[in-house]
Amino acid sequence: MKNRGYAVYLIPGIVASTAVIIVPLVMTVYISFTKWTGIGSPRWVGLENYTRLFADANFWASFGHIILLIIAMAVVPTFVGLVLAALLFDYVAKRFSDRWASALRSGYYLPQVLPVAVTGIIWGWILHPGYGALNRILESAGLGSLAHNWLGDPEYALYSVMAVMIWFQLGYPIVMFMSGLQRIDPELYEAADLDGASWWQRFRKITVAMIRPELYVVLVTTTIASLKIFGQIFVLTRGGPSNATLVPSYFAYKNFFEKAQVGYGSAISTVLTVLIVVLAVVFLRLQNRAERS
Amino acid sequence: MTVTATRAPERRTEEKPTLRERRPGRFLILAGLLVLLLLMVAPLLVVAVNAVKSPADYAAGGPLSLPDHLYWRGIVDFWNRVDFGLKLWNSFITSLVVAVLGVILSVFNAYALGIGRVRGRIWFLVFFLVANLLPQEVLVYPLYYLSKQLGLYDSLFSIIIIFTVVQSAFGTYLLTSVYTEFPKELLEAAAIDGAGRWRALWRVVVPVSRPTLAVLFTFFFIWTWNEFFLPLIFLISNDNQTVPVALGVLQGDRMMDATTTSASALIGIIPAMVFFLIFQRTLTRGIAAGAIK
Repeated sequence: MKNRGYAVYLIPGIVASTAVIIVPLVMTVYISFTKWTGIGSPRWVGLENYTRLFADANFWASFGHIILLIIAMAVVPTFVGLVLAALLFDYVAKRFSDRWASALRSGYYLPQVLPVAVTGIIWGWILHPGYGALNRILESAGLGSLAHNWLGDPEYALYSVMAVMIWFQLGYPIVMFMSGLQRIDPELYEAADLDGASWWQRFRKITVAMIRPELYVVLVTTTIASLKIFGQIFVLTRGGPSNATLVPSYFAYKNFFEKAQVGYGSAISTVLTVLIVVLAVVFLRLQNRAERS
Repeated sequence: MTVTATRAPERRTEEKPTLRERRPGRFLILAGLLVLLLLMVAPLLVVAVNAVKSPADYAAGGPLSLPDHLYWRGIVDFWNRVDFGLKLWNSFITSLVVAVLGVILSVFNAYALGIGRVRGRIWFLVFFLVANLLPQEVLVYPLYYLSKQLGLYDSLFSIIIIFTVVQSAFGTYLLTSVYTEFPKELLEAAAIDGAGRWRALWRVVVPVSRPTLAVLFTFFFIWTWNEFFLPLIFLISNDNQTVPVALGVLQGDRMMDATTTSASALIGIIPAMVFFLIFQRTLTRGIAAGAIK
């Protein structure tokens, strides 16, 4: 069959992607080498923004915070989600019923369907020092000494955000892993059972081994999501107090739209982009190698 | 596994639990999972309970007491104050148009790449994958600047155009892998009947891949509905705001109290829950599909 005549269908996609993705991307990289307030014409300054960036304590702090957020958004949900998915699939669904398993799965997934801004409002209220639910609950339980200004105290703010993010992210790996587990031949488990394998042995040797593709996908997508985090930070803390929850995307946003330092903001987002692309490439390589072996 | 091949797994339902597994201890695990479920949905329940409480009731009984009577004023006042009906409409129309256009654009791209196997298709796929990974921060300032130049700033059009392209990057990536395995016989039969490329696309390819397209539509709709960063920057006037933006920017408002905040959170949760219930099946099927390439 001749394959000519299909290329014309790519034209709308190419035109649209050029206008919305390629041109802005190139512009941002260019602007990152200039000094620009957004008005008038940009002035070329070479690497000045980048040298300033690498000497900026806030820049390093914002990437330091990202490492903790990767733990909260990627590492913890992936591993807890793995155990939960295995329990739901291999224990609840078999010993009780499929309906129990899928009801629990939907419940765990619920936070994921809410708009991030709404997630932020819910937790912003619960954690509010004055009228928030958590402190009121602690006080009425006689644990008033545990009450804190969860989001307003630089010492606790980032940990509070981490807790919220674990709550928010947990459902995604569970759903992904459970769908992956359905590929597993039930006879594998039966055979392992007959050989006297413990639950833990079956979990390690069968479950984890079989859903390795999903494991990679979840780790990549959640890690990238934590690098990009913006909405929750904007609604919960706006990067504060005193930059304790500053993240790169909010740092860039502040420079673009609050400080009118467009060149500097562009340098931040360019570094963030390079980091994300490198990370994705490394992960894809690892995944390919794992699949081949 | 491809998107279309997601039928339920064959599992034996007749298996009888062996004696060893009938210990009452097995309920401990289920109980643990139920406690976790309660923790996951507790914030939403607390929001719902307090959204229908009067401020005096909240002050007296705290966040965990049941309302002494249903108090709708908080919700009604908040609804009117932010003109919530209009925000719902803005969100709905934006998400719907993006979902429709995004699916069409993805189909065109994937038709050329997956079925047409246009030369350089791997590079196109890499391009679309990268476009999907890019953080929006790296595109935002040029998009903001260009949309101002074109007179598209602060209009739903700008958001629709941008998200159609951003979402279709993912759609193209996913759909191409489905179309690569599209049955050739169907296309050959259509060609023998005298159908050209255009008719083959609409009469054969689109109807056959309808389940996958439904998954994409659902994803695009919900993702666009939940978007926060770009709408926050592009939709600045009150008449154009979407639901997350309207709620998110009010969060810093000092006039809010506990019951108003939970009322605002509740009306942000409800549409998301409605979509979740409507789309639940497509969503879980789609999440599985997104994982495996």
